[in-house]
Amino acid sequence: MTRVTVTVMPKQGVLDPQGQTVARALGQLGFANVGGVRVGKRIELELDGDDPLGQAREMCERLLVNELIEEYEVVGEGGGSTAS
Amino acid sequence: MSVAILRFPGSLDHASAARAVEAVGGTPQEVWHASTELPAETRAVVIPGGFSYGDHLRPGAVASRAPVMADVKRHAERGGLVLGICNGFQILCESGLLPGALRPNATLSFVCRQTDVEVIDADSPWTEVIGAGRVLSIPIKNNQGAWYGDPDRTRVALRYRGEDRLGSVDAAAGVLDTSGRVLGLMPHPEEASDPLHGSVDGQGLFRAAAAA
Repeated sequence: MTRVTVTVMPKQGVLDPQGQTVARALGQLGFANVGGVRVGKRIELELDGDDPLGQAREMCERLLVNELIEEYEVVGEGGGSTAS
Repeated sequence: MSVAILRFPGSLDHASAARAVEAVGGTPQEVWHASTELPAETRAVVIPGGFSYGDHLRPGAVASRAPVMADVKRHAERGGLVLGICNGFQILCESGLLPGALRPNATLSFVCRQTDVEVIDADSPWTEVIGAGRVLSIPIKNNQGAWYGDPDRTRVALRYRGEDRLGSVDAAAGVLDTSGRVLGLMPHPEEASDPLHGSVDGQGLFRAAAAA
C-alpha cells in the first residue's frame, strides 16, 4: 500500500469566499500582516498497484477534481509528485 | 407526455417537480439513480434539487457519475430535453452536459428567498414559450449557486435582476447547452407553479417538458 496525498485548491482567479472570510477573520483577530488566504482540501488515498501516482492522477481527472475551478497536486509517500 | 424525474440519495424536490409536471398535464415518472436506462417513453428529463450524496466532494460530483446519467447523455444526444434545477444544475455541469461550474455563494450563506430572473435567451425549446425579456418571480434556495464559466462562450438563458447574484459570473441564473435542449438553473420553478406559491411564473418550463 502506498499513501498518496492529493491537495486540491481553488484555481487562481476563481472566487474563493472561504479564503476571503478567513482572511477577514484573521484581520479582526489582530493579524495585520495577512496578504491573502486560500482554502482547499486534502485527500489521502491508500493505493495498491504498480503506479499509485498515475492512478491517483486518473482519479483526479475523473472525479476528485473539477479542473475548471480547481487545481491539484499529487504527492506519493516516498516522495514523487505531480501537479495539474 | 412522459417526464422522467431523477431521484438520487439526497434528492429533495422530486415530489414538487412531479406535482408541477402534473399540474400542466404531463405524466411524471420517478427514475432511481441506479437505473441504467430511462423509461422508453421518456420525452423530457427533470433533475430536481436537493443535496445528492450530501454534497460531498463537490455538489453534484458523485451524482453526475451515477449509472442513470449515461442514459441521460444519450437522451440529450438523441435530441431529448433535459432540465436541471439547483442540485440538478450542479449535476449537469459536473457531467459535462452544461458548461461551467457552481461555486459557493459569495456571501458563504444559504440564500432562500423569492427573486426576479429575466429570460435572456428565448431561442430554445425551454424558453421560447416564455419569451425574451420576460421577468419571472421564482424562489432560490441554495449554498453553492454562483455559476462560474465563460459567458462569451455560454448561452446564458436567465439572469438575476437586482442584488441576488450570489457571485455568479454575468449574473447568470441559468444556462443552456449549445443545442438549447439542456437547461440548468439555480432558481426553483417547481416552487412557483401553483397559485398557493404566490407565483406561477415557473410553470412555463414544465409546460415545455410536458409538451416535448
